[in-house]
Amino acid sequence: MEQLLYKRTDYIQEDKVSGFCPGCMHSTAMKVIGESLEELGLVDKSVSVLGIGCCGLHMDYMAADTTTAPHGRACAVATGIKRVSPDSLVYTYQGDGDLASIGLAETMSAANRGENFTVIFINNGIYGMTGGQMAPTTLVGMKATTAPNGRNPEEHGYPMHVCETLDKLTAPHFLVRTSLNTPGNVLKTKKYIKQAFQYQMEGKGFSMIEIMTSCPTNWGLNSIKALDYLEDSMIKEFPLGVVRDLG
Amino acid sequence: MARTFMKGSEAVAEAAVRAGCRFFAGYPITPQNEVPEYFARRLPEVDGVFVQGESEVASINMVYGAASAGVRSMTSSSSPGVSLKSEGISYCAAARIPMVYCNFQRGGPGVGAIQPAQQDYLQATKASGNGGFEMMVLAPSTVQEAVDLTYKAFDLADRDRNPVLLLADGVIATVMEPVELPEMKSDEEVQKIRDSKYSWACVGHKLDYANRSWIQPGQWDTVKMQKENEIAEELYKSWEKDVMVEEYEVDDAEIVIASYGISARIAKSAVEILRKEGIKVGLIRPITVHPFPYKSFENLDYSRVKTILDVEMSIPAQMIQDVELGVKGRCPIETCLVSGGNIISREAIIDKVRALVGKEA
Repeated sequence: MEQLLYKRTDYIQEDKVSGFCPGCMHSTAMKVIGESLEELGLVDKSVSVLGIGCCGLHMDYMAADTTTAPHGRACAVATGIKRVSPDSLVYTYQGDGDLASIGLAETMSAANRGENFTVIFINNGIYGMTGGQMAPTTLVGMKATTAPNGRNPEEHGYPMHVCETLDKLTAPHFLVRTSLNTPGNVLKTKKYIKQAFQYQMEGKGFSMIEIMTSCPTNWGLNSIKALDYLEDSMIKEFPLGVVRDLG
Repeated sequence: MARTFMKGSEAVAEAAVRAGCRFFAGYPITPQNEVPEYFARRLPEVDGVFVQGESEVASINMVYGAASAGVRSMTSSSSPGVSLKSEGISYCAAARIPMVYCNFQRGGPGVGAIQPAQQDYLQATKASGNGGFEMMVLAPSTVQEAVDLTYKAFDLADRDRNPVLLLADGVIATVMEPVELPEMKSDEEVQKIRDSKYSWACVGHKLDYANRSWIQPGQWDTVKMQKENEIAEELYKSWEKDVMVEEYEVDDAEIVIASYGISARIAKSAVEILRKEGIKVGLIRPITVHPFPYKSFENLDYSRVKTILDVEMSIPAQMIQDVELGVKGRCPIETCLVSGGNIISREAIIDKVRALVGKEA
């Protein structure tokens, strides 16, 4: 007897094949978001706000309502959408440059207001689409096209820890850092995303899922070595785990 | 209908609420702080939402979000704050999101002066952000007109799915005048307006790629991007039918004043006085500064009209560039200008006209 064990989420358009770089984790992130929405029965209520950069490419794949914010402004756009549509499931999908550099004010302020939406933060420590410039989360010593000798703390400061920074605020409800580097972590990430979406539907306020990912293309590593770098360097600097869960 | 004595900024906010505006986000800046303050009190009474944004940049993007979800939405600011909103305005125009915003102009450039001015004409009418988009720009000269144009602005924005700018100034924001307020749209009417946007609004649709809402402030594909711009151009051209202009005592005028907004109101009273002296002077007052009433200037009889006098609270003059496009070099254009937050005086206009006709006071 045939039994359906797995099918691709309907959240991703049926006819689409991933155009992301080999080893990129955006498609996995999209998959777990889609599966989470489907399993919670929230796809029809979902509205996503995409950041600028590779995150914006999601628009080409998703089958649900979506908008693109100006660079860094996703949390402001999401504030507008969620405030007038409190029954919608609203999430932003932003990279590190978008969320933690140009959009830091919007991110901090939305978190501080305790806006009732979910931020999905893709942290790969580099600007991807524009070709490998230094990000606020670039590791010390890590080379970038705008830091050709590597990040130097004397000149550039240190990698920014967004979850821990937001944890200083009173309002945020759920802050977690996770990764997509192993099958186990993919499942964990999905669990966290579902938890965040559930909190949102219960009106509990601001949540952020920071997902540590790789960027083999701009790290100058092949997919396997990029996984090693993610595990040995990135996750060492940005430890995984629940930073805050008010339940 | 009863008239209410109201401050301009509050009257504009009330007119917006009556037009069905249910979302406002703004950031404090003089001289329009009463606008967000009024919305903060008023919107909760009608189940609307007020948010004080962390910046002008955030505020316009909150409006972009709320308007993307189909709600009549508005923001307001003054000159330097409007510059900060440019990015969001451009995104709204690109994604064809209807919204209304006000610029209560003050002296500029930079932080400028907080007093009334008309220093943002070219920014408002030619390039309010990157990318060459256009908006209808409505320029009231009284609080009553600001109320009426605000009410109308929401209809125009929805009709065209495009931003609309109310280009006012610090006088309109702070002066108190009796106004007749427009009819309050009922909750049912407001809901109906929102429902009418269901097909494109980001409200959560049934999972269906063809019918999903896709708010897209740009295109990856250059052919599609050009097509979007061509469609937008068609819209902009269609605005010729929407031109609004007041022509006052122009029929036999030998001197025609060109002026808009608050300076036009002052110029109009100058015309009344000069007419009593037998001086043949008139006024063309664009109410829509974009689309500009070029025809009003093109159709003048230049065998009679000797001089156009451009009156603005801006140095250098800005609207004069549009006036020149209508006059096409057929008569000289003189100017009577103040700047820096100074309000133009009626006497200065009267003296200038008298000098033009060679008549002493």
